[in-house]
Amino acid sequence: MTETTGTPALTKTTGAGTAAPPEDPGQAPMVEVRGVHKRFGSHEVLRGIDLDVYPGEVTVVLGPSGSGKSTLLRTLNHLEKVDRGQISVDGGLIGYRRVGDRLYELREREILRQRTRIGFVFQNFHLFPHLTVLDNLTEAPVSALGLSRAEAVARADRLLERVGLADKRRAYPRQLSGGQQQRVAIARALALEPRLLLFDEPTSALDPELVGEVLDVIRDLAEQGTTMIVVTHEIGFAREVADTVVFMDEGRIVERGTPAEVLDRPRHERTRAFLSKVL
Amino acid sequence: MSSDTLAHPKVPAAGGPTASPGGPPRIVPQRRYGQWAAALVVLALLGLALNSVVRNDAFQWDVVGDYFTSASVLRGLWLSLWLTAVVMALGFALGTLLAAMRLSTNPVLRAVSWGYVWLFRSMPILVQLLFWFNIGALYPQLFGVKTVDLLGPVTIAIIGLTLHEAAYAAEVVRGGILSVDAGQIEAAQALGLGRLRRWRRIVLPQAMRAIVPPAGNMLIGTLKGTSIVSVIAVQDLLYSVQLVYHRTYQVIPLLLVATLWYVVVTSVLGAGQFYVERHYARGSGRAR
Repeated sequence: MTETTGTPALTKTTGAGTAAPPEDPGQAPMVEVRGVHKRFGSHEVLRGIDLDVYPGEVTVVLGPSGSGKSTLLRTLNHLEKVDRGQISVDGGLIGYRRVGDRLYELREREILRQRTRIGFVFQNFHLFPHLTVLDNLTEAPVSALGLSRAEAVARADRLLERVGLADKRRAYPRQLSGGQQQRVAIARALALEPRLLLFDEPTSALDPELVGEVLDVIRDLAEQGTTMIVVTHEIGFAREVADTVVFMDEGRIVERGTPAEVLDRPRHERTRAFLSKVL
Repeated sequence: MSSDTLAHPKVPAAGGPTASPGGPPRIVPQRRYGQWAAALVVLALLGLALNSVVRNDAFQWDVVGDYFTSASVLRGLWLSLWLTAVVMALGFALGTLLAAMRLSTNPVLRAVSWGYVWLFRSMPILVQLLFWFNIGALYPQLFGVKTVDLLGPVTIAIIGLTLHEAAYAAEVVRGGILSVDAGQIEAAQALGLGRLRRWRRIVLPQAMRAIVPPAGNMLIGTLKGTSIVSVIAVQDLLYSVQLVYHRTYQVIPLLLVATLWYVVVTSVLGAGQFYVERHYARGSGRAR
């Protein structure tokens, strides 16, 4: 089993409190979401979201389907435009430039540059099927960061080693299992050395027995202090790895706190109702 | 299940499925006698047809042999081949542009592209060629030059066939692009790949899988379709053999010369398509 070599020393002692504690007064948030609204046609998906994520913090977003959690995640790298409100990552406004009391949408080149600092992992992996695993990992560093091919390959090999797939560099995505594909997708996101990683239900498309290997990789990243926002249905994972758990329902953040607060002593009836169904 | 004994009366009733002496019973597939009979009938008819073609002196196979590699026929073949290549290249270049316009967010570009495809698919290619051939009647002068001097028959053939080809190519390319999962473009955007890079590296290579088979069809159709330019006196393969048989009255053997060349080139193109398809099937897990 060479597949687990990339994720050594997995212990259950991580989780709340090991990374930067939430709302550390001495630190500026890495992600600031202020009053974000988003509507698809007549359906209002996000109804005023405020959220802070601090450097090194792992935030897990829970909530029933249709609660807006994936949409929120997609607004963070401007894959989805907001109708109202603003988002900043690392001090920079995402997707817009503020002049006076107006937000002007940025040109595509500038938006693409912002996205290289924000890694995104999709539910269905979205690996490029016509490219080998290695080319999937080198494409963006070469074309978006301007790395040389040799530098990009060295970086890709390092990352494949880290997710335990060094022997798959020449394979095509369809020759891999779902779990392996998602680990490649995580490595592909990491290849840009982003400041922030976003996970959109990274294990929802996987067979149950493959979920563990992907969570191992994410847990490993959490241990190393990567700032992450993870939308998931894996309550156990949230309890173990999250610094902060956010519960969303009907386009609003209902509750936010440590895993112990939100999962064990939920204050809101809707949180309780949701947890009673999924636990 | 004792019904086995009803279906196979020769099996001793006492035996039963579990008691066969020589291990598990052998499986015998259905015998398809009808298939054999049909094959024999078809082969016999094919043999008769072939015999009548080869033995019928009216086909004049010796004349076919004489003209098959004659200079005028080869010149005509060469014209048909490069005309096909030029029309395919220009047609697909224009078609790709039209497809990009049709898929753009700009409503004016979308409408123009739609209108182009609507117009040029509605007009028979023969009508279009005759129209271009008589364009001098509408515009006697172009850029200060007499139109008939500027637009010779070959130029008119290229223009007419290309405009026709582009309308079909646009739909083929558009279909190919639509076959690419939207998630691919989103993933490329999330990785910060620029618009051109997304097209060149992510969308088009994947679209090619859906584009190549109908494009191969179009290539073969275009090769044969170029024979229509014989109506405006362009000396392609068909017109070359026509020039000969108008002189010698050996109509059938010379049409056979043209037919055989079309078959040869089409076969070569079909073989080429196989390799192109295999190239674009990389990573699909189906081919290879």
